[in-house]
Amino acid sequence: MRGSSIFIFIGMMWALLIVGGGIVVTILGPISITGYGDLNQMIASGIKAITAIILVIIWIVILSKMNKWIFHKEIKS
Amino acid sequence: MTQEIISAIIVSVIAFFTVYVSTPFLIKGLEKRNFTVKDYNKKETTMVARPGGISIIAGILTSEFVLYGFFQINEILVVIITTFLAFIIGIIDDRKVMSGWFKPIALGAATIPIILFGAYDSNLAFPLFGEVTIPALYLGIIVVMIPITGNTINSIDVLNGVASGFMTIAGFALTTCLFIIQNYEIAIVSLPLGFVALAFYKYHKFPSKIFPGDSGALTFGGMYGALAIVGGVEIIAAIILLPAVINSFLFLSSMKRIVEHREIKAKPVEHTEDFNLKATTEKFAPVTLVRLILAGGPLSEKQVAHTIFKLTIFSSILGIISAFMMGVSL
Repeated sequence: MRGSSIFIFIGMMWALLIVGGGIVVTILGPISITGYGDLNQMIASGIKAITAIILVIIWIVILSKMNKWIFHKEIKS
Repeated sequence: MTQEIISAIIVSVIAFFTVYVSTPFLIKGLEKRNFTVKDYNKKETTMVARPGGISIIAGILTSEFVLYGFFQINEILVVIITTFLAFIIGIIDDRKVMSGWFKPIALGAATIPIILFGAYDSNLAFPLFGEVTIPALYLGIIVVMIPITGNTINSIDVLNGVASGFMTIAGFALTTCLFIIQNYEIAIVSLPLGFVALAFYKYHKFPSKIFPGDSGALTFGGMYGALAIVGGVEIIAAIILLPAVINSFLFLSSMKRIVEHREIKAKPVEHTEDFNLKATTEKFAPVTLVRLILAGGPLSEKQVAHTIFKLTIFSSILGIISAFMMGVSL
């Protein structure tokens, strides 16, 4: 089927979203900081935000690699 | 429950027929005032009325205000205000040439009503794994959500019928997902999106009699994003939108910056002798979803649109599976 590799690409993006969600819920969610008084929540939120941004960057890098691989494959077919 | 069913039927009928009846008058009015643009994918010179966002916003506002008569909830007001702001941003862009950064920044500002009304839940829900509480980070998600949904729908509005057809499928899929997770009130609030898009598709499909313009595309995208936030289905909404997200992602990753389509010199798609579409071999042309679809060889405009709809149906099925997975916890 025309564009079949795009279906695969969408399926992979979906799988990455589910796995990314698992990482966010199991690792990022429980992060809490103590010992800094009123700053505890702010520091924890900062760590969560930075980690989330790093995860998004990793997600984009993986997608870029997949995109190049799929697009080249599509041109050849 | 009876009141919910009656209100759902009434708003669906109002949303559909407001657009279905008003659009032919809008087309005549726009053509009379010479608000037309050339359809570059037609062999003969064809001028098409634009923008159709006016009838789209009329359908959404009319139906949502009627729904507010049934349920006086802040979420409806938030959807109305955010969608209307997205429409205003779009109509400004339809009338004046704005920079590439105008829409993302202005759409980010359009999220302020959501924050002011507090019409969100700062728990982000993921399929299989449950929820994560991220109060500060969630505000950031709200601010970027509407620019992302608005611009992705806008960027996919490249061929006859694609934006409205895409939004019909995505809108009804989002409503289905909201019903599955038993968020019935927001599911009813979301119904007008699918019905308005369906009615507009009647005039936008190949060969188009009207184009939605930035005002129409941003209205669709703004409402979709607002519904995702107030309905607490951000991840599911993103999954349904994946074909359009891929389009924006491919575009940005190949251009390496935010740029308006009219600023691009090297075109990603050109015409064959019989005026089918084919991918160019231009090195500096952006990679887009249409170019990717055409990489396997030339297709007619209608065939490309149908391929995009198949991709949207596929991503909608993944979204619905994800909605069922919300009830499962590992």
